Amino acid sequence: MSSLFAQEVPLSWYLLLSAALFSLGVVGFLITRNLITVFMSIELMLNGVNLSFVTFAHQWHAVKGQIFVFFVMMVAAAEAAVGLAIIIAVFRARATLAVDRIDRMKL
Amino acid sequence: MNAHLYLWLIPLLPFTGFLINGILGRRLPKWLVTTVALLAPLAAFGVVLNAAVRGLLPMFVDPTGITNLPSVVSLPYVETCPLPWINAGLLHIDFSFVLDQLSLVMLLVVTGVGFLIHVYSVGYMGDDEGYARYFSYLNLFLFFMTVLVLAGNALVMFIGWEGVGLASYLLIGFYFQKKSAADAGKKAFIVNRIGDFGFLIGMFLLVANFGTLTFSEIGAKLSANPGWQGGVLTIIALCLMLGAAGKSAQLPLYIWLPDAMEGPTPVSALIHAATMVTAGVYMVARTHVLFDHSPVALGLVATVGAATAIFAATIALVQNDIKRVLAYSTISQLGYMFLGCGVAAYSAAIFHLMTHAFFKALLFLAAGSVIHAIGGEQDLRKMGGLRKKLPVTFAVTTVGVLAIAGIFPFAGFFSKDAILYAAYLHGTNGKILYSVGLLTALLTAFYMFRLWYMTFMGESRSENVHAHESPWSMRGPLVILAALSVCGGWIGMERFGAFLAPSVGVLPTEAGNWRLELILSVVAVLVALEGWLIADKFYRRKPECPAQYAAALPAGYKLLANKYFVDEFYGATIVKPLLGFSKYILEWIVDVGILGGMTWLLGGIATLAGAILQRWQSGNLRSYAACLAAGAAAVLLFLLVPWATVLASLTTIHLGMAGH
Repeated sequence: MSSLFAQEVPLSWYLLLSAALFSLGVVGFLITRNLITVFMSIELMLNGVNLSFVTFAHQWHAVKGQIFVFFVMMVAAAEAAVGLAIIIAVFRARATLAVDRIDRMKL
Repeated sequence: MNAHLYLWLIPLLPFTGFLINGILGRRLPKWLVTTVALLAPLAAFGVVLNAAVRGLLPMFVDPTGITNLPSVVSLPYVETCPLPWINAGLLHIDFSFVLDQLSLVMLLVVTGVGFLIHVYSVGYMGDDEGYARYFSYLNLFLFFMTVLVLAGNALVMFIGWEGVGLASYLLIGFYFQKKSAADAGKKAFIVNRIGDFGFLIGMFLLVANFGTLTFSEIGAKLSANPGWQGGVLTIIALCLMLGAAGKSAQLPLYIWLPDAMEGPTPVSALIHAATMVTAGVYMVARTHVLFDHSPVALGLVATVGAATAIFAATIALVQNDIKRVLAYSTISQLGYMFLGCGVAAYSAAIFHLMTHAFFKALLFLAAGSVIHAIGGEQDLRKMGGLRKKLPVTFAVTTVGVLAIAGIFPFAGFFSKDAILYAAYLHGTNGKILYSVGLLTALLTAFYMFRLWYMTFMGESRSENVHAHESPWSMRGPLVILAALSVCGGWIGMERFGAFLAPSVGVLPTEAGNWRLELILSVVAVLVALEGWLIADKFYRRKPECPAQYAAALPAGYKLLANKYFVDEFYGATIVKPLLGFSKYILEWIVDVGILGGMTWLLGGIATLAGAILQRWQSGNLRSYAACLAAGAAAVLLFLLVPWATVLASLTTIHLGMAGH
């Protein structure tokens, strides 16, 4: 058992997990109707990408990938703030959060 | 030694007046507008007078002693803009002004009479809302007219030519709220366009055949080849004559002038009697070398002139609008000038142009004074008995009527006599031209005295108790013009002809003798007196006569009263077909059909494409996202799959199968 923990997790596992997270995000984005769920799916995609960044940074012993992750997290935080504000504004204007019904620019 | 004459100031001063009054006039006080408007032509007249004194001094003083003085110029005096204007290959055109005897006479008339009419307008237009606008247009007219007169080549002349047309259009349509005035302006402009077309073609032919448009160079080239007759010269001369006929209201393009009376009366006096309409005569005199080399064109000029003279005079017999009588009289007198040009008596034509400018401006201004006095009424039948109420106007009109009728010793007698004498001596058909001219003189005397009797004599035919004499700003110019109408002709044809000879050639009357001249003069005066007598009988002694004659000759009277139905004829043969062509062919088929159809087609394609592409823009967020994902997947597929290898292996398999 100890050998199992001593051993490094192979690169491909990380990448598979990353791809799985990203795909889940995409599928969630495409099939959900609720705007907040759509928003969460986007976060899922971003973190999937983050995971592959970190993986490669670790693999190649390069710090750039980790720096990128910080940037992505920062942008994601800003996006969350703006996006939630937009969602609230949309909800006030339309009284709904179903994306299929929000298909007009004009009220 | 030539002094500077500053000819360029002559057009520029009125132009400055135009700019000031045209741009600022509405905001300036009225006295300032008046000052600017009067100062501009007065200053221009001063420059002309200065040039006249310096140019004419050698004629009167011993030339040897005076020509060394720097203040004297020898004519022709040329002033050229230092900057080149048009340099295209071999064609070289400068912006040049020429002062010679011919342009000097015209300049004196244009700026002198022009200034008097400006003064008159101060009184006549005093209450008008468009006071500043009126004077800016009037100054603009003087600018273009002086450019036309001073022009040293045909192109500069053409600028002035078009410009006076513009000023004429603006002033005819001065009361643009009135539909008839706006229409008359358009009519004048469009009819003149036909003449301008002839002028332009003539210029193109001049460039093609002479390589220059400068009048002096054309004259030099022609005198170098005295044998060059007819042919292309005839065509050029006919084209120029078409232009002159348009501007000078000759048959068949005269129709715009009677309608031009819609403008204010001083405008009729300045533009449509004294100056602009004589531009055609001036142009023929200016290019007389071309006409001298083309007997055909010259004969046509004489024929058109004589025909116009009698044609317009017969119409004037029965008109009841005081300004229309004068308008047809102007056309008739312009016909005389054309007749003079056509018999190569250019100096006689210019002489008549000058005296006509005096007495016709006088008559128009006096008519304006009458109209002003009785509150805008222009119908002769509603006038009468005004001699006591308007004594000054009555006196000056009498002078004008005597002058135009050709009674000795008024101005019109000398010039009309000179033209008739030259016509009498002219070749084979000279006698016919002379008879037509003489008959016209009879008609002229009749209709002018008819106007005189109907306006001033007898009893008043309407309630114009408020009739009052005009202010002095109007009476002053009238008196000066009356003085000129009396003595304008005393210089005599011989001296005037000798003076103009360097510009327009010698009068071809050497064959005559003084006895014949005397007989013809006496005949002319007798004919004029006969016209007066008939008018006296018709409108004083037996006032029932005109109605009897009209009843006896209903067809003839109707023909004259309706001006020979020429307007109706043109309307039916030219205007209506053109309108029909425009409406059915150009509008319906070309515009609506072809051009509109193409536009609709293009629009339809765009709409259809939009309708199809619209489906993509559903606004549905998830379908956009699906497209995005599909696109990303496609890019990944394209990048990750080694297509070259796949294709190569596919080909190999295929080839391998084929090979087996």
